[in-house]
Amino acid sequence: MSAVIDNPSHDDHEHHGPTKGIARWLFTTNHKDIGSMYLWFSFAMFLVGGCMALTIRAELFQPGLQLVEPEFFNQMTTMHGLIMVFGAVMPAFVGLANWMIPMMVGAPDMALPRMNNWSFWILPFAFGLLLSTLFMEGGAPNFGWTFYAPLSTTYAPDTVTYFIFGVHMMGISSIMGAINVIATILNMRAPGMTLMKMPLFVWTWLITAFLLIAVMPVLAGVVTMMLMDVHFGTSFFDAAGGGDPVLFQHIFWFFGHPEVYIMILPAFGVVSQIIPTFSRKPLFGYHSMVYAVASIAILSFIVWAHHMFTVGMPLAGELFFMYATMLIAVPTGVKVFNWITTMFRGSLTFEAPMLFSVAFVVLFTIGGFSGLMLAIAPSDFQYHDTYFVVAHFHYVLVPGAIFGIFAAVYYWLPKWCGRMYSEPLAKAHFWLSFIGMNLAFFPMHFLGLAGMPRRIPDYALQFADFNSISSVGAFIFGATQLLFLYLVIKAIRSGEPATDQVWEGAEGLEWTVSSPAPYHTFSTPPEVK
Amino acid sequence: MSAETSYYVPAQSRWPIVATVGLFLTVVGAGSVMNASSAGESTGMSWLTFMIGALIMAYMLFGWFGHVIQESQQGLYSEQMDRSFRWGMSWFIFSEVMFFAAFFGALFYIRVLAVPWIGGEGANTSTGELLWPEFEATWPLMVNPNNELYPGPSALISPWGIPLLNTALLVASSVTITIAHHALKDGDRGKLTLWLGATIALGVVFLYFQGYEYVHAYNDLDLTLSSGIYGTTFFLLTGFHGAHVTLGTLMLIIMFFRVRKGHFDKANHFGFEATAWYWHFVDVVWLGLFFLVYIL
Repeated sequence: MSAVIDNPSHDDHEHHGPTKGIARWLFTTNHKDIGSMYLWFSFAMFLVGGCMALTIRAELFQPGLQLVEPEFFNQMTTMHGLIMVFGAVMPAFVGLANWMIPMMVGAPDMALPRMNNWSFWILPFAFGLLLSTLFMEGGAPNFGWTFYAPLSTTYAPDTVTYFIFGVHMMGISSIMGAINVIATILNMRAPGMTLMKMPLFVWTWLITAFLLIAVMPVLAGVVTMMLMDVHFGTSFFDAAGGGDPVLFQHIFWFFGHPEVYIMILPAFGVVSQIIPTFSRKPLFGYHSMVYAVASIAILSFIVWAHHMFTVGMPLAGELFFMYATMLIAVPTGVKVFNWITTMFRGSLTFEAPMLFSVAFVVLFTIGGFSGLMLAIAPSDFQYHDTYFVVAHFHYVLVPGAIFGIFAAVYYWLPKWCGRMYSEPLAKAHFWLSFIGMNLAFFPMHFLGLAGMPRRIPDYALQFADFNSISSVGAFIFGATQLLFLYLVIKAIRSGEPATDQVWEGAEGLEWTVSSPAPYHTFSTPPEVK
Repeated sequence: MSAETSYYVPAQSRWPIVATVGLFLTVVGAGSVMNASSAGESTGMSWLTFMIGALIMAYMLFGWFGHVIQESQQGLYSEQMDRSFRWGMSWFIFSEVMFFAAFFGALFYIRVLAVPWIGGEGANTSTGELLWPEFEATWPLMVNPNNELYPGPSALISPWGIPLLNTALLVASSVTITIAHHALKDGDRGKLTLWLGATIALGVVFLYFQGYEYVHAYNDLDLTLSSGIYGTTFFLLTGFHGAHVTLGTLMLIIMFFRVRKGHFDKANHFGFEATAWYWHFVDVVWLGLFFLVYIL
């Protein structure tokens, strides 16, 4: 690694550098400021949602009711899911997109910088509203993060109204964020940066943004229908008036399935940046990676009812959704193959970003395989609504989405703040997370196969051992994230200065600018050969 | 817009945070109005919150758009900026399409699957027998499965009266806005003002008829939001469409005043074009409604 550090000499012709104090953050139009705010917000939500998860795991440590009332337990499972999905994972990826996409395509900023700031600032207010329901009469939403009608309509607590408006706010934020990403990628690329030269992180975000714009309005539609049923006497989800509660599930999952790819595709992109860097080889099968991501995105629109195999769909529906779902294994297999082949015969080193990426490939594949098991309709009748499902989606979300985010933060943090994190601490963070997460979630497969239902505060005695192991793992994983917070702050404050290229094998425009990246990058677009 | 070469990155702006506070107060107000009225409690404070929020939103919209217009008039925007706006508006309209798709999808599902199933079709004989054995699956659904809880409508709105007229009005307005657009491109400001004004008039008349029809439905036909799934889908689809026409008409009115102030020239008039796109979009949605909700 060459140790050239050229920090000064860039506030040249851009007259507005960062201003001081809170005004910088409230009024900013800078993609880096906004990216940082997204990332910090996401981490705060990660801790809040994590505390809720630990409440759940503490209650489940032993059979019987010990710590919380079942009513409160339901609020915890609901809020944990909502906060992790909409408050932690999605904003983290939007934060990464904000920071990296303009730098990776050679743009001066995001295409619509003021709207960008609006997208961010909606989020703290939306989650403030959602979290405030915990302290309201009747308690927070308790109907699960999938808020199935009629639990979320006829039998819902009054706070469902604020939940609905909170979801509307998150949706507005996501749609505006996604429009910004698409406009930036399609319109702001430097000369020579053709679509098929774009880094994969940019590609995956382009496709993710398309998914967001396609499905967030559908989510807005379904919560609006709930609102109408709750307050205005309509009967969308009430069979007495000719509606159908199953309609809710169809519309929700038409949003919900693309949503799970919204949470994983940017992680695919991150891993596709990191593995070539630490293998010191170009990505194997770049084109097939792009086409695979696009195929996954398209397929995500025609598989939604595999979440609903047990509602009593006609046989033709079961078969169609089963086979369509299994098709997704093909492009996903292409991606896993390409990641492994990129590593094959590479000069591998295992710094923290690479550790998280390799773990991503292995553990995400486990989550993918349990997904295939769930995709088989007759098997799903057995697994449906058991802990097996919980194990499955936590394997794709924790070592999938969350490890992807950790990998990205370690990979790009030196570029953001100009300082290196402590590698030993990062390795400790990785191994403790890895062990804690597998301890927490692997036994859930066994619990589910043995018949333990999800979303209950108590269980039969034969599930006790695996549940206590799982709870121990969850607390290890949770506590480890405080180490992550510590080491990130330590890096920002007193880390070793980073070089411009940071990583020996790193390629791409973001590594051609100084570390830390100047407040305004590329006021004149770079030429890409 | 002049030939600004570098991309214009705006300086700090207070509008996003103003917009957020406005949005927050609006939705909190709206939510508490609904909760309070469903619980039969006083809604005074809730309405106040809602109104303050809505006023802040209105202030923000005027301020923010006004600011953007000023920047445009100052020639700060390059062609690249123009393309960002075009992408932004196109994808926004796509998101609106998907919002309506959710409601159209609900309508199809209800008509094709849910209602026949409640009536015992296919493998659902026992569903029909056990739940509401008297229920007959028809569309439009005049008698609901539980007709005491959700009394069905006594009659429906014929598509060949006001709805047909409204179709003619909206299609005509799509033509008039196009004529106005061509006039703008030819630099004929008089013609532009005339046809833009005609478009606004058509939109307003459409909305008047739509309002008249709603009053008629509520007062004379017992067709309401709570008259079962027919009223539900009818009012939600036409209602959201009407809300979009209202917004589109407001946008057209603003364009009208901008034209009167001398904004836009032959080459640069994206604000006008975006409004026209939006107007065509609400027109197309209406055609879908006319065929799928009123006629079929």
